[in-house]
Amino acid sequence: MTPTAAAPGPAITATGLRKSFGQKVVLDGVDLSVAEGTVFCLLGPNGAGKTTTVQILATLIRADGGQARVTGRDPAREPDAVRRAIGVTGQFSAVDGLLTGRENLRLMADLHHLPRAEGRRRAADLLGRFELLDAADRRAATYSGGMRRRLDLAMTLIGEPRVIFLDEPTTGLDPRSRRTMWQIVRDLAARGVTIFLTTQDLDEADELADRIAVLDQGRIVAAGTPAELKRRVPGGHVSLQFADDARLTAAAGILDGASRADDLSLHVPGDRGVSALRTLLNRLDEAAIEVDSLSVHTPDLDDVFFALTGHPPTENKTSDNTAAPRPAREEPVR
Amino acid sequence: MNTLTYAARDSATMLRRNLRHTVRYPATIIVSLAVPALLLLLFVGVFGGALGAGLAATPSGGRYVDYAVPGILLMTVGYGASSTTLAVNRDMTEGIIGRFRTMAVSRGSVLAGHVAAALIRTLVSAALLVAVALLMGFRSGAGAAGWLAAAALVALLSLALSWLAVAVGLAAGNAEGTSGFTLIVQLLPFVSSAFVPTGTMSGPVRWFAHNQPFTPVIDTLRGLLTGAAIGHSWVPAVAWCAGLTVLGYTWAGALFRRGSVR
Repeated sequence: MTPTAAAPGPAITATGLRKSFGQKVVLDGVDLSVAEGTVFCLLGPNGAGKTTTVQILATLIRADGGQARVTGRDPAREPDAVRRAIGVTGQFSAVDGLLTGRENLRLMADLHHLPRAEGRRRAADLLGRFELLDAADRRAATYSGGMRRRLDLAMTLIGEPRVIFLDEPTTGLDPRSRRTMWQIVRDLAARGVTIFLTTQDLDEADELADRIAVLDQGRIVAAGTPAELKRRVPGGHVSLQFADDARLTAAAGILDGASRADDLSLHVPGDRGVSALRTLLNRLDEAAIEVDSLSVHTPDLDDVFFALTGHPPTENKTSDNTAAPRPAREEPVR
Repeated sequence: MNTLTYAARDSATMLRRNLRHTVRYPATIIVSLAVPALLLLLFVGVFGGALGAGLAATPSGGRYVDYAVPGILLMTVGYGASSTTLAVNRDMTEGIIGRFRTMAVSRGSVLAGHVAAALIRTLVSAALLVAVALLMGFRSGAGAAGWLAAAALVALLSLALSWLAVAVGLAAGNAEGTSGFTLIVQLLPFVSSAFVPTGTMSGPVRWFAHNQPFTPVIDTLRGLLTGAAIGHSWVPAVAWCAGLTVLGYTWAGALFRRGSVR
């Protein structure tokens, strides 16, 4: 092991990463690069290879081919150097249900070889930060899903890792716990920690990521900032409903790119922020065209996939997380 | 600190974790003590009269309780190993082993912690069982050296069965998968010299009972505890324990490393 510190540059890189389990190809040449101190999101459906990618980068399994570097070290050749720099929370990570929350954290502190007092201090600090103080001395098996996930993340943080892998950190959580988890991720990012996050949820990627890479059947099919990706996704539109055909025809005449969806509704494509909506409605107002109702459709994972791969997200394997693709979200506007 | 110091420190941390489980949830230790104690009661109190009458005709003749205790002691070790295999399997399926693997923790410490905790649990159970046996009329002619040698043999057997238990716990996909090991460990003593001399058994059963690993261990324990001559039975006893330890250790190590980076 060389004693030199990691060279400045990306915190994580992968080039041509390949992995097969038996006949099944899971990763088919994955390239990615994550700048230090940023939040990177690997977006994809079940079976796309997200967890396998994390497992390779986090030293759990060996790639069949390709190169990986985490803080400048090769996870396959210098696993302990990588392990000292990273923290992992995910579907395959866990807490000790027979120990209390506090004991779980102290166990991690001991395994990081922290001095006893320092371990206690960090455990108490994390329990407070993650709102687990009241439950600190209850065994973890009694925790709710959200509490368990927070404890899991706290255990990851006790070693103060520079790079954190979060494998689907909000899958199966209720909306409130999900929000809490998002806030925790944002706080970590603000402290300059590099975060590698996987998710099936475009909203989550949009909320948290500096950069997103879309993984499909073991390949990266697109990468960029959330705004860049969404520009490539045509799923977003405003749907207008009219009382009769005359009004619809009139509206179609003054709205660019509008297309008739069915007899009495019109789809207007594009990014529809509040100001864009106001412009749209003002235009209809000026032309004195009455709209019956209106709904805003934001692109979701299905749209992204369809746009980028030409096929809907396929489930390559049966998985225990059953986040079924949702129908396009409709947000009624009042 | 060097690698060896870290390995020792991590193993001690893992041992503390496992002992804490045992102390907090004493059910495992109570069950692995209560069942052998009940068996002792059953064999000595119910079958003891008849079995003892048959026994009197053999060279090892004497009181049945003195004959049965070494076998029951061995079963205590077996029950201890069963709870170890469950604990390892729980760690594996709950994913905490996956977490340990992503940390710069000494690779051997996870399993070593389980084996060390199993040894301590088993020796405590065995000591408690001896106390129960004494209350039930067990009398030993052994001196301090005999007792020490017996304790060493129990520890050696526990080491062998614990490493096997760890391997089975890692190999099994779920708790049900470990039941085969539990069944073998709990049934095998019945086809040994634990409750009746192998000489009284018939044909192939006698051959099996005579040659299976538990018989020389029980014969040696019985010799040590009654103060009688043990002959050469300690040689196969120690050899079996050493062989099973190496087998369990190698198997467990291979399973732990399976498909992963060091």
